[in-house]
Amino acid sequence: MDDLLKEFLTETSENLAVLDLELVKLEQNPNDMELLGNIFRLVHTVKGTCGFLGLSRLESVAHAGENVLGKVRDGEIEVGAEAVSLILECLDRIRTVMADLEATGSEPAGDDTDLIKRLNAFAESGGASASAPKAAAPVATSVAVQAPSSPAAAELPESTASIYEQVGGMGTIDAIVEVLFNRMTGDLRLKQAFDGASIDHLQGQMRDYLAKLCGGPDSSAKSVLGERGFNDAQFDAACGHLQAALNQLEVSPNLAARVMGMIFATRDEATAGAAAAAPAATEEPAVEAAHTAEPAHAEAAPKPAKPAAKKEGGEAETKESAVANQTIRVNVELLENLMTMVSELVLTRNQVLQILRKQKDSEFAAPLQRLNHVTSELQEGVMKTRMQPIGNAWAKLPRLVRDLSHELKKKIDLVMIGQETELDRQVLEMIKDPLTHMVRNSGDHGLETPEERRRAGKPETGKITLNAYHEGGHIVIEISDDGKGLPMEKIKTKIIQNGLASESELENMSDQQIQQYIWKAGFSTATKVTSVSGRGVGMDVVKTNIEKIGGTVELRSIEGKGTTFSIKIPLTLAIVSALIVECAGERFAIPQISVVELVRATANGELRVEKIKDTPVLRLRNKLLPLVSLRAKLELDEGKELSDDTFIVVTQVGTYNFGIMVDRVFDTEEIVVKPVAPILRHISMFSGNTILGDGSVIMILDPNGIAEASGQMGITDGEAAEHREGRLRGKGDETVPLLLFRTGSGVPMAVPLALVARLEELERKTIERSNERWVVQYRGQLMPLIPMSMEQDSGMSKEGRQPVLVFSDRDHTMGLMVDEIVDIVEAKLNVDLAAEQPGRIGSAIIAGQATEIVDAGYYLSQAFKDWFGSVQEDAVDTGKSRRVLLVDDSAFFRNLLAPQLTAAGFQVIAVDAADKALALCEAGDEFDLIISDIEMPGMNGFEFCETVKKNARWQATPIIALSSRASPKDIARGRQVGFDDYVAKYDRDGLVHTMNEALSELRGAA
Amino acid sequence: METELTGAQASTGVASAGSGEQRDYVTMSIGGQLFGIPVLKVQDVLGPQTITRVPLAPVEVAGSLNLRGRIVTAVDVRLRLGLPKRDSGKQAMSVVVEHEGELYSLLVDSVGEVLRLESRDYQRNPPTLNPRLREFSDGIYRLNDSLLVVLSVSSLLNFGNRADAA
Repeated sequence: MDDLLKEFLTETSENLAVLDLELVKLEQNPNDMELLGNIFRLVHTVKGTCGFLGLSRLESVAHAGENVLGKVRDGEIEVGAEAVSLILECLDRIRTVMADLEATGSEPAGDDTDLIKRLNAFAESGGASASAPKAAAPVATSVAVQAPSSPAAAELPESTASIYEQVGGMGTIDAIVEVLFNRMTGDLRLKQAFDGASIDHLQGQMRDYLAKLCGGPDSSAKSVLGERGFNDAQFDAACGHLQAALNQLEVSPNLAARVMGMIFATRDEATAGAAAAAPAATEEPAVEAAHTAEPAHAEAAPKPAKPAAKKEGGEAETKESAVANQTIRVNVELLENLMTMVSELVLTRNQVLQILRKQKDSEFAAPLQRLNHVTSELQEGVMKTRMQPIGNAWAKLPRLVRDLSHELKKKIDLVMIGQETELDRQVLEMIKDPLTHMVRNSGDHGLETPEERRRAGKPETGKITLNAYHEGGHIVIEISDDGKGLPMEKIKTKIIQNGLASESELENMSDQQIQQYIWKAGFSTATKVTSVSGRGVGMDVVKTNIEKIGGTVELRSIEGKGTTFSIKIPLTLAIVSALIVECAGERFAIPQISVVELVRATANGELRVEKIKDTPVLRLRNKLLPLVSLRAKLELDEGKELSDDTFIVVTQVGTYNFGIMVDRVFDTEEIVVKPVAPILRHISMFSGNTILGDGSVIMILDPNGIAEASGQMGITDGEAAEHREGRLRGKGDETVPLLLFRTGSGVPMAVPLALVARLEELERKTIERSNERWVVQYRGQLMPLIPMSMEQDSGMSKEGRQPVLVFSDRDHTMGLMVDEIVDIVEAKLNVDLAAEQPGRIGSAIIAGQATEIVDAGYYLSQAFKDWFGSVQEDAVDTGKSRRVLLVDDSAFFRNLLAPQLTAAGFQVIAVDAADKALALCEAGDEFDLIISDIEMPGMNGFEFCETVKKNARWQATPIIALSSRASPKDIARGRQVGFDDYVAKYDRDGLVHTMNEALSELRGAA
Repeated sequence: METELTGAQASTGVASAGSGEQRDYVTMSIGGQLFGIPVLKVQDVLGPQTITRVPLAPVEVAGSLNLRGRIVTAVDVRLRLGLPKRDSGKQAMSVVVEHEGELYSLLVDSVGEVLRLESRDYQRNPPTLNPRLREFSDGIYRLNDSLLVVLSVSSLLNFGNRADAA
């Protein structure tokens, strides 16, 4: 295939891509003339180039398309779905033909008459309603022959009729002019002459002029060369370009010479300037004339003043072409090579710096520092050359969505945010297809039909939002729709159908865990296979592709509200930040993107590796974290026993977290990822290798490969993902799920979700009044209902449904009547203002609003004391309420337990540190019972207990340890230091039970 | 530490082209046997290097090493030929060759001089040659005092079936 054709293919496919986009835009803004002009110009360019290359089939299709567009531009046809569809169809045909052209090097045989007929018919029918029936170029029709009085014009008759035909007609001339202008606008010598002019307009003029000169259709067009008032040198330069253009387009030398001869003959006219040209300028009167005259005067001066009068519409065009002139097309391979070289440089720099670090006071220090900076900048610069806005990957989407909406008869609005976000082109290429697929999925599965949406109370037009943004070395792309969300029931049925899980297993899964199944191969819930999706291939491929480039994809879906996919990928694949670890004397790199945190486990520290049979696990913040021994996985020193002292790299793959056990952890380093040799490529544990600063080669671990090899992939622990955010934070400001609701006062209120047993909506008419209380028959018992507000208390309507928060404590259940349950949010429970009103813990900022935190204990005790009071008393066996000291550094637990214990009839004093508790002891406070957390900053629970037991004052007070780590070993240690009992943190019922036991023991002993 | 052969390569390459009947070989010995690799295939000859082990790799792969910023995979020819492991005290020399665009270092016991060999001294593998050796041999040169086995770089580095199996 020759170069010209190749160039044509690249350029045309780019043009087509732009056209797709612009047409869809035009459909939305039918009155945007600039847009229309641009579209017209693009189609025209396509047509011109096709014609020039002798691609008759393409040319005729493009021509018919241009025809319709011409009518649109002239206002004879209105922009509408039909017109746009037709033009898009025309573009598609061009694409099909081009694909064959690319494959075979020649235009395939085929018949487009049908399409052309339809296009023409459309143009005609549209034209019928307007005035002019024919779609001729408006330029050609206007004024009569007023040609410039050039000697060449006189020569025309005998020779030129043939030139026009011999050259190849309008198509070639168009191409010649195109090339000519590309050259001229890039020529500094001529630049000033084109300043502020509409290149398009000039180009059209020049084409018509040349055509006329060669004996083609007559027009009033003027030679641009003349009109712009070139001086001799400029004219020569322009002629040079023309000659070059003729050569480039392989016009036979003979013909070229004749054309050049004619142009040269116009030299006098051109350079003598305005006087001759002015009368010819019938279309554009005085301004144009004055204009052409101006540069002529300024001939001597090298820089004529920029013609101010010539601003109309030309400004944007020149700007655009100026930009075009500042960009060059570079082979991607060249950039890749450059990148490789820079990578080498970075490595060498690292090496040199490493050496420097060992030598103090080296004279190389300063220059190396500079080298360091320059290298970094160079690296950044080269990376930038590879960066492309993500909009490039999205370019096809508006068209896709438009077609989708027509095909599926849905109204879809595509919103794209952050198109300018840049990422490495390699990455861009890799995510293009997954993105397209996901958008298609959103449109097909996610969004509902207009009726369905109307019924659901949503606007008819569904919305798909693409949002891209940078987040710490990664790029996040979110694809969300406001459609129906993932259909949980369908997914469940499908899971059971495919035998992926049993019904009882599903029972125990969270929604999020169930949703993860859509990533499984062959999993499609679309009931019917459309041309769009539903073939059951897809989401698994999407996930694989994204993971291949070290990215992760997460899914959030709320049935009825919509689905959001969020993809997180590294900005570039070439240079990544990695954590260097050591295992069995070998160092490895773990990409930072997958590292969640680092944990050190020791034999008798708080964190230690435990084993379930032979599987090592770690208790990390009340979760069991599966562990993978790198030593075992890589078969390094297999004989060696696992040491108790180990570092654990908590790694995340998708939503699945696991720990990799390593011997040592070094710092992080920017590494250049290099592919491993082909003979090692089958080892899935490695994603590449790299050279470290000290010059040694190390392997880069692939967390995906490790997770897979340990058989721990597949359905991920959705819960882990939910709580990941929370777990990442320090203990002091853990987030807790809060239930937000409203009562009569309208102030948002919140209660820790953990305290709420159930949410109910009771029929108001089932609520009864008994013994001055509201009660309801609930699960075979009478449940007291406590109204949150006075209004509810006095006059409750009998209509509608009453939202109730059900609190449950052992066999006691009570309901709190609220007006509206608003939401469940994850928030930090930092009580900013203590409350004065009973029943409130205080106020906190939740979801950006001042929110009253409800003291569930208050209401519990209201219900229990008055209602279940006697039962409670029996259980506790004493009238006097006992004082309990609660020591826990976590505000959440204090807030959680205090009301609970209050409700159980204890008087609770809560402090956040052991030393504060001891201060109370010093102050002479007396307690019946102490409950203490184990892990606390400062003095921990064990030490606290020891201190207390040594102290005479509180020696007899029973102390109960409360910890998330209730292993036998811990319990043993607890007993040793003097804890009377040991209770797991979440076992609240157990706690109350233990407390009562401890107290009765005490009484028994006393 | 590194002995560059680029100069030698160029001069001998030209000379061999002139005579046509002669070829230059980098000689090396492994377990007392003399081996040769066409000099034009050899990029570098290196002394003992720090080699990073690659876990899970085939046993013959000794690891990876850094050659002026390029990562080179080291293959122990001894193990590849089915010979016992090198004594731990002895260090290996590296002969760096390019194969399908990748660099590999062939670990041998020692590297000798570059020999210009006549094609009349060449013959195909004798049928009785150890099958393991025959797999990696491109033929034999009869030297005055010994025999030189021409190593086939492509078969040495063809781990294809292994990779497929994995």
